[in-house]
Formats: sequence, structure tokens, C-alpha cells
Amino acid sequence: MASAAAPAWAARSGGAAAAIGRMEALAGWTLAAPAITLMWLMLLGPAVAVIALSLTDWTFGAPTIAFVGLANYAELAGDRVFWTSLRNTLAYVAFTVPSAVFLGLGLALLVEAGSSLRGLYRTLFFLPVTSTLLAMALVFQFAFHPTAGLVNQTLGALGLPTTDWLKNPDTALYALGTIGIWQAVGLNMVLFMAGLKAIPKDLYEAAAIDGADGAWERFRRVTWPMLGPALVFVVTITAIRSFQVFDTVAVLTDGGPNKATSVLLYQMYQEGFSFLRSAYAAALTCVFLAFVLLLTWLQTRLLDRRAHYG
Amino acid sequence: MTTRRSIGFSVFRHLVLGSAALLAVLPFVLMISISLKPPAEVFAPEFRLLPQQWHAWENYAEAFARQPLGRFLANGLLVTLSIFTAQALVALPCAYALAKLRWRGREATFVFVLLALLVPPQVPAIPLYIGLWQLGLLDTYAALILPSTISVFGIFLMRQFFRTVPDDLISAARLDGLGEFAIVWRIMLPTALPALIAFGLLSLVWNWNDFFWPLLVIQTETLATPPLGVVFFNNAEAGTNYGPLMAAATVITAPLVIAFLLAQRWFIDGVTMTAVK
Repeated sequence: MASAAAPAWAARSGGAAAAIGRMEALAGWTLAAPAITLMWLMLLGPAVAVIALSLTDWTFGAPTIAFVGLANYAELAGDRVFWTSLRNTLAYVAFTVPSAVFLGLGLALLVEAGSSLRGLYRTLFFLPVTSTLLAMALVFQFAFHPTAGLVNQTLGALGLPTTDWLKNPDTALYALGTIGIWQAVGLNMVLFMAGLKAIPKDLYEAAAIDGADGAWERFRRVTWPMLGPALVFVVTITAIRSFQVFDTVAVLTDGGPNKATSVLLYQMYQEGFSFLRSAYAAALTCVFLAFVLLLTWLQTRLLDRRAHYG
Repeated sequence: MTTRRSIGFSVFRHLVLGSAALLAVLPFVLMISISLKPPAEVFAPEFRLLPQQWHAWENYAEAFARQPLGRFLANGLLVTLSIFTAQALVALPCAYALAKLRWRGREATFVFVLLALLVPPQVPAIPLYIGLWQLGLLDTYAALILPSTISVFGIFLMRQFFRTVPDDLISAARLDGLGEFAIVWRIMLPTALPALIAFGLLSLVWNWNDFFWPLLVIQTETLATPPLGVVFFNNAEAGTNYGPLMAAATVITAPLVIAFLLAQRWFIDGVTMTAVK
């Protein structure tokens, strides 16, 4: 009797465990279902759709659509405005990223180097990060005003050359870049501060025993190498955000003068939503996406870290 | 010797940081300063911080009279709060399922979340626009809210946080007879409150300041979010009437700046959390 009862009990227990497992699987799917649905509907599905659309000839509202292969990309390759936009975007990134990263690093080091007013400085430098870029862009527009603007008034008082910064094709992109730097520095500073806090204090003590007691030696032998991963991360996110430059272009220059500030996203906006060439704009979007993915890929290569989110 | 050097360094530190801080806040100062001035003083050849003749009331009154500024702010609040509520309702259960439940498809789902994290928000814009057009939803609040109801960043952040919650806590809740759905809201949510607040602030800042998407889908002035509202204002004024324009910019910028000053620890922790994934 007893010997027969034991397997029966065991079998029932196994069945119960399987039932619990099924319940857990059901719960998992049910809880994740809304997120999975929306993720495909709003992000991944449209991202795939944009690639598919870039292989067609569709214009917004057209009754017909035809597969044209890589024709849109061939057109891009011969499009002067596209090459201008790409060159401008890269120049914008090349101008803003080093300045925003090294100013952020410098400020983080200086703020952390003393204790007085640390909180105040952190607050003031972070303020631009949360501000509405669009409203602040209009302030910069005034600051760059050829006669009444603070920039030219200051430069004039110092006897330095002045220009109409936003209307001069040689300076407009860099004037916009200055706004980008102004907004990005505080964020980078805070990220570097977190990186600095993560460096173990005994490394500095060890370096001191090795005879590295000057501030520069400490920085070169401990801070800089230990900050490597944070540096790569900050450079990547600053570069990706710079690649997305749009607001200041749209409100201050409309891509001008003479396409001097046309950037990838702005051209995509114009092609897709002013000229209604949806498929061509989709091809531009794919180029933009390719660059952003390239940056992320470079980041993972540099960190030599195969994302273990274990 | 060392003290003299450290005093020297301290002076240097405050000199550099002080000037940098001045540059950081100068645009805000300029904005408020101009919003107080009459037109004649705005274009004066020499900059003065305070107006000789105060024109604050006129500028701000004109800003509110010319454009529905209050409406823009209300729209901003409605849209950002709706988006965050939806994001939290969708992300929290999913994050719990990814962090604590065993189900087939979990790994694949997480891989897709990581993949979606790499897609910049401007990439899905054209198909989403077409979809909303077909549904007849362009130029509505729904067009502003629906595409942002999912935040893969939120799922990722909360999942990382939930993994640190001990399993015993969940087992105990199950023994008490709580269902999985109840566990998300009654057990996991309270423990994850700091992460959720940090995520909420980032979501708020992003969606309040976003300009690209509202520019695409909104034409009607009364539906404009704050940044789009400023542009309507700027276009209407053709960039000459700086006093009221700066007053409008001040009104649009103030809510987030005030929120930041009141809750800066949360803001900065939130930003830092994104870096330490």
C-alpha cells in the first residue's frame, strides 16, 4: 500500500510542478504581451517598414506603389544636397563631440577637486540639460544678432572680428554647434562625475606609494586609464545625440544659408514632409540609422564587451 | 607652502568654474533680461542687465494675449503625463516578467528590447506618420501620445532594477496568495520607486522638450506642445518682437527648470543610472 502510494504522490507532485511552470509561462507572456505588442507596433515594425519603404517609389498619398530596388540609394549617391547634408552632419559631430566631452571632463575634475560650492556648480552646469532647447535656441538667435546680440557686442568691445553668425555660410553650422555644446556639457560632466566616484580610492594611495604624488601624475596613471569605459560611453552618446541635431536647424536656419546647415535629419524632414517624397526620405532615414548603429558598434568594439546583461 | 599652493589652487578652481558657470546660465539671464525690456532697449548698442524702463508686465501680458501660452503648458502636461502613465503601465509588468519569471520567449524578447534601444526615435517616424494618417489620427492628442506609449529604455531600466529584488520576497507574496499581476504592483513597484521616479523625470524631460514629432503631426495651434507653441509664436512675430518672445520662452522653459531645481538629486541620479547599465 505504502509502496504504491509513494510513486502516485511523486507523480502528482511532478504534475503540479509542470502546472506551476505552465502558470508561470502564462503569466510571463500575459505580463509582457502589451509591451511586446507596442514595441513591434511603434518601434521595430516601423523600423523594418522604413527599410522596406526605402526600396519603393511611393510618394505620400499616391495610389500606387512599386518596388524599385536600390534606385533611391542610387539617387542619393548623385544628390548634391545629400552629400552636403552628410558632410555638414559629420562636421557638426566633429565640432561638438570633442568640445562637449573634454569640457565636461574638465569641469567634472575641477568640481570634484574641491569641496566648496560643489553642489552649486553641479546645479548650474546641469541647468542647460533640462531646459527646452527650442526656447533657448531663440535666445541664442538673439545673442547671435549682428548688432544687438551679446556675442558681437562682446567681440566688438574686445576688438575681435564680428559677423552675422547664423547668416554667414562659413559660421552658421558652428554657431548651431555652440548651442549643442552648451546643452551637452552638463550631461557629460554628471556622467564623468559618476565615473570618477567609481574609481577606488586605494588606487590613488597605491600610486602615491609608487611616487606619483603630483596632480598630473595621479591623473595620468590612475584617473585617465580608469575612466576609459566612461569616456567611451560619453563619447558615444554625445556623438549619437549630435547626429540627431534637428531642433536648432529647423527653428534658426532652415538648413540655410545656401544649405550650409542642412543636416541628415533636416533633409529627411524636408523630403518626407515638405516634398512628400516618403520613399526617398525613408532611404535618408536608413542612412541616418546606419551611422547611429555604426557608432554603437564602434563603442562595443572599443569596450571589447559583448553585452552581458546577466 | 602646501597651504599657499592649495589656496592658489582653490582660487584657480573657483575662477575657472565661476566663469564657466556664468557662461552656462548666461542664456537664461539674457532671456529673462530681455523679457523685462521695452523694444527700444532690446536693440540698444550696449547690454544692460536690468531695464531702465520696466516693461515686464506689457511683455508677459502680450505673450499670453498673442498666443494661448497657458494652453501650450496644459497640453505639455497632459501629453507628458499620459505618456509616462502608459509607459509605466506597460513597462513594469514586462520588466517583472523579464527579470523574475521563466517563460519560453523571454530571452528573445529581451534581445528585441536591446535591439529597439538602438533605434533612434526619428527612425520610425515616417511609417508611424503614415499609419496615423490612415487611421485619421493626425493632428490629435492621440498622435502625440500613442507612439511614445512604449519605452524600451523604461523596460530595460526597470528590469535591471527588478533583478536585484530578492526571490524570497516574491515567494513569500505567492504563499500569501498574491497573483503575479498583484505582485507587480504591490511588491515590485514599491521597491522600485526610486528607479521609477528617475525614469519618470527622464521621460518628462524628453517628452516635454521633444520638437521633432509634434512638428510632424500637429498643425492646429491649440494642440501644440510647449516647444511647438514657441515656434508658432516665433513665426507669428517674424523674429522682431523680442520682448514678448522672450517672455513666452521664459514661460515655456520655467516649468522644467523649476522642477529640476526642486528635485535635482532625482534628476542627476536618473541620468547617472542610464550610464551604469
